[in-house]
Amino acid sequence: MDLRFTDEERAFREEVRAWIDANLPAETRERMASGRTPTKAMQIDWQKRLYAKGWAVPHWPVEWGGQPWSAIKRFILSEEIQSTPAPSPLGFNCNMLGPVLIAFGTEEQKKFFLPKLASLDLWFCQGFSEPGAGSDLASLKCAAKRDGDHYIVNGQKTWTTLAQHADWIFLLVRTDPGAAKQQEGISFLLVDMTTPGITVRPIITVDGAHEVNEVFFDDVKVPVANLVGTENRGWDCAKFLLSNERTGQARVGASKERIRRLKLIAKEAPGGARPVMEDPRFRSRLTEVEVQLKALEMTTLRVLADENRALSQRKPNPASSVLKIRGTELQQAISELYVMAAGPYGLVSADPEADRWNEPEVAQDWQTLAQATYFNWRKQSIYGGSTEIQKNIMAKAFLGL
Amino acid sequence: MDFDLSEDQRLLQDSLGKLLKDKYGFEQRKAIIKSGAGWSREVWAAYAELGLLGMPFAEEDGGLGYGAVETMIVMEQMGRALTLEPFLTTVVMGGGFLRHGATAAQRGAMVPEIAAGTLLLAFAHTEPQSRFDLHDVATTAKRDGDGWVIEGRKGVVVHGDTADQLIVTARISGARRDRDGIGVFLVPATAQGVTRRGFGTTDGQRAADITFDAVKVGADALLDGGLALVERVVDETMAALAAEAIGCMEAAKDLTVDYLKTRKQFGRPIGSFQSLQHRAAEMMVCLEQARSMAMLAAMMAAEPDAGERRRQMRAVKIEVGRNARFVGQQTVQMHGGIAMTMEYAGGHYLKRLTVIENMFGDVDHHLAALSEEGGVFLAA
Repeated sequence: MDLRFTDEERAFREEVRAWIDANLPAETRERMASGRTPTKAMQIDWQKRLYAKGWAVPHWPVEWGGQPWSAIKRFILSEEIQSTPAPSPLGFNCNMLGPVLIAFGTEEQKKFFLPKLASLDLWFCQGFSEPGAGSDLASLKCAAKRDGDHYIVNGQKTWTTLAQHADWIFLLVRTDPGAAKQQEGISFLLVDMTTPGITVRPIITVDGAHEVNEVFFDDVKVPVANLVGTENRGWDCAKFLLSNERTGQARVGASKERIRRLKLIAKEAPGGARPVMEDPRFRSRLTEVEVQLKALEMTTLRVLADENRALSQRKPNPASSVLKIRGTELQQAISELYVMAAGPYGLVSADPEADRWNEPEVAQDWQTLAQATYFNWRKQSIYGGSTEIQKNIMAKAFLGL
Repeated sequence: MDFDLSEDQRLLQDSLGKLLKDKYGFEQRKAIIKSGAGWSREVWAAYAELGLLGMPFAEEDGGLGYGAVETMIVMEQMGRALTLEPFLTTVVMGGGFLRHGATAAQRGAMVPEIAAGTLLLAFAHTEPQSRFDLHDVATTAKRDGDGWVIEGRKGVVVHGDTADQLIVTARISGARRDRDGIGVFLVPATAQGVTRRGFGTTDGQRAADITFDAVKVGADALLDGGLALVERVVDETMAALAAEAIGCMEAAKDLTVDYLKTRKQFGRPIGSFQSLQHRAAEMMVCLEQARSMAMLAAMMAAEPDAGERRRQMRAVKIEVGRNARFVGQQTVQMHGGIAMTMEYAGGHYLKRLTVIENMFGDVDHHLAALSEEGGVFLAA
């Protein structure tokens, strides 16, 4: 047991940090540092830079643009990106669809899509949830009927993140409504968002942001060549996708950056008789969160060390279930600390979609984002398998209950 | 980065696990508590035979030269079995003071005896007023020719009732709460003027209240290092306690999950109820987060930068303490009445975990101190 980074790993971290400093556009860095999400143009520009460097999809096989790195080295890259902060490579492309295509796609699909996923020439969104299929995803109804060389898709998807930016969507559809088990009649399709019959309608979340959408399919023709894997075996792809890249969900690097920034902010933030940071109650709460984050960082490294092993030698690791549950709880707890630090000026409602709205300044930028971020981040313990679903899985898979 | 145990470490884990399975079932433990000393000389001799008692000492001193990872492995096994022997006080703490503060001659005389199981140590530090502050020392040591005279009272000296040698903190100079001026002394428990009153602790172990009434010791009784030595040894002890807590928590979780599968109410196993499933899953989250911190503690135990080591150990103590409390309480809650009884192991895990939580600083103590020191992730 040796829990130190090697000299090579430490040198790699320095290399990554220097490269990001030299290549991240100033306006992207500034927007991210203020706690906002990158614009579409910023995301694409940054991912293309990472792609050119060979760093967009290091976890993919080398033949598809990956790097022959250890899991620890990949972690260092993603942690440095998060802690700068810079935009992470688009998860839908790089962590979700890419690995599914590598595992289940045809040669033609791999050749056509993988380079475009890595470079963000094509922006994908995820069509899984439906109004009647949330935690019980396998009850989905959006239907695809075979008609010669095409499927005809009819139905609705919802909570589709950034569908307004997307060129394509990967969809779970029901191809066999008569299957004995719900899971057995589902297929995985790739659909061009410009196909006639697709309508995207924004959903504005409580923080005022347009992040998610409803997507409607009305007799949408999809070539059979866009089926991934076997017809009616799409649930295999979905399960594979949901179990992938578990360590990414903890977002420890991003949380560490938010904590460090909060300490600097709270040192200056007015708190009546003394700065907020000198309030022992605030400080003690902050420390409590930090301590849990340190534990989560160690748990992440444990799971990574496991992922370094050959597949055949891996055992299901209970520590991996911890990552989603505690990772999201801690991100939420940090957002609450920002609200506390902002105090009354946290009431100022920013327009997250507008640039330069806060001029002349009515509150500091970070104050106007504190409550919006807090409201928005309530989603984290809901999406990607809610905390309650994670606990169901743990009880069954690890405790045998 | 590598979290795997070596072949030798796995062997150590297995052999101790086997020994405790054989000698430390819950019924055997009950008998040991009722015996004279409150712990088992037979088990202690078996530890000596396994080499456990000389583990952390350098080979030239008569030890095995093992490190913090081996201590973690051993303490975790002892936590599982809720052992009662003075391993922490003699080998981890006493051993720490000898390794970092004693002369080669002292180590040469004492280590072989410790390794053989014939010499027991205890750390006499806590005082009625000091609570968790390591620098709060009212006991005095005054010069007396070449030697010293020690005067004062120490409370809750774990295993102080059976120890042969006491490691005593006493103030050589300065005011009660000064960081400077603290001396660490080796005092034979049978020295003239030492009075011990032994008592039981809530977790079934033994401790003593000890008064020092003009106790004379020689010049060589003063170990090298003062408060920095105490802090270093306490940091190592906190790492060992974290590992012991992991053993307790894991055994308590296993016991609880087994019970959920077998106990029937309303015509079905209570583990089929979702509210209990989610609580059990949360226990597992707590256990794994605490385990990560016990590993961090093993890594940081030998960190030469004292400030950095202290901050990380505080984080360990906080996270293990919080999670241990949840796991201990839920072990009792999910069992129901049976875990309220002396007859059943469940409640005993809660008791040991509570004692561990309150040794060398509770969660709030370390939260306040760590906040003061800038937290875990220092701002730029």
